[in-house]
Amino acid sequence: MKNFQLVKASSPQSAIATKAKDNAASFIAGGTNLIDLMKKSVTAPDKLIDVTNLDLKKIEDLNGNIRIGALAKNSQVADDKDIKRKHPLLSLALAAGASQQIRNMASVGGNMMQRTRCPYFYNTDMPCNKREPKSGCGALKGFNRMHAIFGASDSCIAVHPSDMCIALAALDATVFVEGPKGDRKINFTDFHRLPGDMPQKDNTLEPNELIVAIEIPDNNFTKNVHYLKVRDRSSYAFALVSVAAALDIKDGTIRDARLAMGGVAHKPWRLIDAENYLKGKPANAATFNEAAQLSMKGAKGYGENNFKLTLAPNSIVEALTIAASK
Amino acid sequence: MAKNNTHSSHEDQQGSDQGRRDFLKKSTLLTALALSPPALMSASDNKWDEKIAGYMEKVPLSLEINGKQQNLSVEPRTTLLDLLREQLDLTGTKKGCDHGQCGACTVHVDGERVLSCLSLAVMQQDTKVTTIEGIANGKKLHPMQEAFIKHDGFQCGYCTPGQIMSAIACVKEGHANSKDEIREYMSGNICRCGAYSNIVNAIEDVKEGGKLS
Repeated sequence: MKNFQLVKASSPQSAIATKAKDNAASFIAGGTNLIDLMKKSVTAPDKLIDVTNLDLKKIEDLNGNIRIGALAKNSQVADDKDIKRKHPLLSLALAAGASQQIRNMASVGGNMMQRTRCPYFYNTDMPCNKREPKSGCGALKGFNRMHAIFGASDSCIAVHPSDMCIALAALDATVFVEGPKGDRKINFTDFHRLPGDMPQKDNTLEPNELIVAIEIPDNNFTKNVHYLKVRDRSSYAFALVSVAAALDIKDGTIRDARLAMGGVAHKPWRLIDAENYLKGKPANAATFNEAAQLSMKGAKGYGENNFKLTLAPNSIVEALTIAASK
Repeated sequence: MAKNNTHSSHEDQQGSDQGRRDFLKKSTLLTALALSPPALMSASDNKWDEKIAGYMEKVPLSLEINGKQQNLSVEPRTTLLDLLREQLDLTGTKKGCDHGQCGACTVHVDGERVLSCLSLAVMQQDTKVTTIEGIANGKKLHPMQEAFIKHDGFQCGYCTPGQIMSAIACVKEGHANSKDEIREYMSGNICRCGAYSNIVNAIEDVKEGGKLS
């Protein structure tokens, strides 16, 4: 690993100001992805700004909205009593990601900032437009079993790797950021972006902005929820396909629904059409099958990942069925 | 990852170049002292700021490891794993993959299990670190160590320190209530010999024995 300076930030403002002075600086919190990327020379910052001493670790109930500090640990959020009671989908998604050791280290903000696990991005001998713009995409006609079936471009077919983010996209979360130009809010579903011709840009943060919190609005998805993660081994592996499903069911009828998929796109893939279809329908197999078919509009395989075109709708049906049965 | 030394501590312990290692350690320290202006060295009360960190190749670090206070000097890029193994000769903590995929490097920081290979040492200021060397009570093994022996929870033994540190935390966290839960919460520790079923039995035994809580 190339050596670097490490600066300990005492406030969000000082962290932002320090980063604004140095193009090659990077924030560090849990470091579970960044250190790995630095060891592999995928990224090589001159300066790390350690934000772990900032007062951004709390989980608070603000008139029904749950606000989670950006430095709350993944394990802390997953095991939090209020989260388990009000947003069990988020707890399930967090527990499905990584291992307990990593969840003890990884922050909520860092989880959102993690990079794709596309092997071409990680291998500096290979072309990758995300790592090195205009070098080409190795995965497009290469080993692409893990890759996107929605929203990809000829520049990049990598997928977003987080589980937590799939649940937060489904739960209408909002991201709070601070930056050189002040504070702002970003809808969670607008935080990550599709690759287009700028796959090097994972998200819509402006330069030197720092995530300080996320907020989840109050909802009725406290019971009929499920996070289904399909992967090559039963734990501690990235998703081939994952589904975050939340239903509000009364007397067998779906009053409201949220649905998002992971492992299929460059960002958490929210399924609004399917959600709208589910509303007012009976919670049964026919409804779930139709919702799954609606979800597959625009899906495209790239060869090795063609199996996802079948796995994804099957996973949606499975996740909705399990959620409805709880 | 670049290593601080071109030779490993493992070779040192078996070979005859202990003197050379000591010389390297001392000469590195002397060089660091010689290159650091006196005014900057007074910043070693850990209130070093950006300007000072930029000048100094190594930065001061104070933390407690296995109950012993350590006042050290480390490069910012040194991982907690390399600090333990290379600088402090605590080689019980193993380097498996060095990329957060195997769990062999698991240690406790302030009572929580973490991966030392993905932790920067400089970010552990004022923490309490416990490694496999720090869990026995004198010559009396930790209950989890005894359980691993009783249930034959290892074959080659390389993953075992990480498995045991993770297992202790798994029970203390309250994530050892069934075989399935133990398997899920131990999934970050890979065992290539496949001793998993015996590891699960050992953890279940300790949990049921109620010696950890």
